[in-house]
Amino acid sequence: MAGKVIVITSGTGGVGKTTTTANLGVGLAQLGRRVCLVDADIGLRNLDVVMGLENRIVYDLVEVVDGHARLRNALVKDKRLDSLYLLPAAQTREKDAVSPDKMADLTAQLAAEFDYVLVDSPAGIEHGFRNAIAGAGEAIIVCTPEVAAVRDADRIIGLLEANELAKPKLVINRIRPRMVRKGDMMDIEDIIEILAVELIGVVPDDEEIIVATNKGEPIVLNSRSRSAQAYRNIVKRIEGEDVPFLALEDAGFMERVRSFIGIGRNKA
Amino acid sequence: MDFFGKMFRGEEPRSKEVAKERLRLVLVQDRMSLSPAELEALKEDLLTVISKYLEIDDGGPEVNLEREGESVALVATIPVKRLTGAARTGR
Repeated sequence: MAGKVIVITSGTGGVGKTTTTANLGVGLAQLGRRVCLVDADIGLRNLDVVMGLENRIVYDLVEVVDGHARLRNALVKDKRLDSLYLLPAAQTREKDAVSPDKMADLTAQLAAEFDYVLVDSPAGIEHGFRNAIAGAGEAIIVCTPEVAAVRDADRIIGLLEANELAKPKLVINRIRPRMVRKGDMMDIEDIIEILAVELIGVVPDDEEIIVATNKGEPIVLNSRSRSAQAYRNIVKRIEGEDVPFLALEDAGFMERVRSFIGIGRNKA
Repeated sequence: MDFFGKMFRGEEPRSKEVAKERLRLVLVQDRMSLSPAELEALKEDLLTVISKYLEIDDGGPEVNLEREGESVALVATIPVKRLTGAARTGR
């Protein structure tokens, strides 16, 4: 049975698509799944750097699509996990170097060999986005609790539905529980109410992620931080497990009960 | 919405409430998704149909999508000739 092709997208830039793609990929591979990460951000590749694999690139996606390299030779094997591979983007080309049809072919080829193909979408809604969604069967939208990000996510949801990627799932990234408590940041319920999509995960803002990226070691590899736990929970939900959402802070029993009940309503 | 209640009581609404309200309103507009060209075409089609039954006063048809709270309405104001008694009696 062919693997699942999941696109990770957002609309807005800088909300954590690449970090999310990397960590979900690592997390799924840690469970023994065969995973291929695809960097669809042609011209601005970053998945390689976040994964710490930037020195291992030989060929890239565009060279494969152009027939200058074989897919098998372009895939970079992860240095830590046996079943995890990366297809890097080209750094010196532009988004129109690949067409949606060719992307769909490529992801279909990969889906024949892998359990999961995770496509890291570029920001925006133009060619790069259309390429990234071309072969996908499911979509995960990454959004931060900020006005511009939520607005863009809404637009993306509309575009995904128009492209038959209905029922995208949402990851709310970089939530700051203290700000939420003070009323200075929208909370999970606010965002779900506005966007009306299913929630698949909430990742707290975590300085550790910057450290992890500095080192090229995605945080789920070896961290017990809350963001790592959050990513692991998303991985489990992708695998079909029903995981309750984390209490975001140890703020006392009542707060925990309240957030569990409030968030529990939105369980994936 | 307590957002307005708070304003009347002189409390400043929390910024996240402001964000939520603004988002709600801006998304109503965003989701409308008719380009100006499409709106123009809609207006012309509408006038064509109505002029089959009524004589339209060229002076002032107006067709607009308007926001009313959280809902959106297509509001068309189409002046029609020769329907008021004033024309007949000269008043």
